Amino acid sequence: MIKEFTKGLWKENPIFVQVLGMCPTLAVTTKALFGFSMGMATTFVVVSSSVVISLIRRFVPREVRIPMFTVIIATFVTAADYFLKANLYQISKALGPYVPLIVVNCIILGRAEAFASKNNIARSFLDALGMGVGFTCALIILGSVRELLGSGTVFGYAVMWGGFTKWVIMVLPAGAFLTLGLLVGLFNVINSRMVKKAGCK
Amino acid sequence: MITALTAVAILSGLSLVFVYRYAMPKIEVNVKNETKSAIENIFPDGADIKPVKGDENMFSVKGKSGKMLGYAIIAEGNGYQGTIKMVAGVDETFKVMSGMEVLESQETPGLGAEIAGKPFAGQFSGLAITHEIEYVKNQKPAQPYQIEAITGATISSRAVVNILNESIDKARRAAGGGK
Repeated sequence: MIKEFTKGLWKENPIFVQVLGMCPTLAVTTKALFGFSMGMATTFVVVSSSVVISLIRRFVPREVRIPMFTVIIATFVTAADYFLKANLYQISKALGPYVPLIVVNCIILGRAEAFASKNNIARSFLDALGMGVGFTCALIILGSVRELLGSGTVFGYAVMWGGFTKWVIMVLPAGAFLTLGLLVGLFNVINSRMVKKAGCK
Repeated sequence: MITALTAVAILSGLSLVFVYRYAMPKIEVNVKNETKSAIENIFPDGADIKPVKGDENMFSVKGKSGKMLGYAIIAEGNGYQGTIKMVAGVDETFKVMSGMEVLESQETPGLGAEIAGKPFAGQFSGLAITHEIEYVKNQKPAQPYQIEAITGATISSRAVVNILNESIDKARRAAGGGK
């Protein structure tokens, strides 16, 4: 059971392994805080929609399952968007159009189609939570690296020395691709080392 | 099939009505507060902020004793990406700017978005507007009506200057030539 949760963190990490949800991943990770907020909003949507979809999975006619899932997901996304605008106005402004765009994030429809529509509520909940947390962690790492090199801060705290020259490219789109590519590479190196070690035993 | 889809759509619509009713008043307050706090940042002594009659983008700002401090103008226009929305503070006679605060912008983070930062936005307090505002690149401004553009974000800087020039000009005419 616990495996349903942990697989999203590492083995099937949505960003580093499945390479899903690239649009918000590349766009909002200019700062660690934005990555974190985006991750939390996505986690909320993926968890709530997975639970609801798992709950009604027996009543969903196969032919219209995708439109039904999309309506459910869109409902939660709209709710999340309103919630952010009402309570965390500054963050909602910083994330801009990328909160409504969670609707088309493949991670969510992917979990609904591949997992929640076939599994019970508890398992779907853990699966979605794992994916959400894995996504959030990846966004925070990406955001921290870009913020550190591009602005000299992490979560808004200055960590670089005084005369540090900011790497402006890191906060631009190109920086997102560079960082993501290097992180995916690093992830694979670590992974293949781990597999090797496990194989030697 | 159709029943199931309809049921889901109706339920989703209904639940969103509740979310909307909960969130909308809060969102409106947020937007209002933001404009208000921006105006208060520009006019720290401002106590009485009232919309100018017939123009929803202009506010008259009075101090505690009822003394006229100036006008706050909502200035909006195209930036490098999307719309830039700012509050511009000017004195009563339209000679000097009291300050500028960015309300909304989709400029590039780390570059164009710096128009909201103190080093750039701060240049507008005390800026002369008897002449059209101009920007200079990579040098200190030589004239009282000049500001220094952000390195690497000339388009955003120019957009701010253009929007301000236009809005201030419009407001000046609306206020009766700034006599």
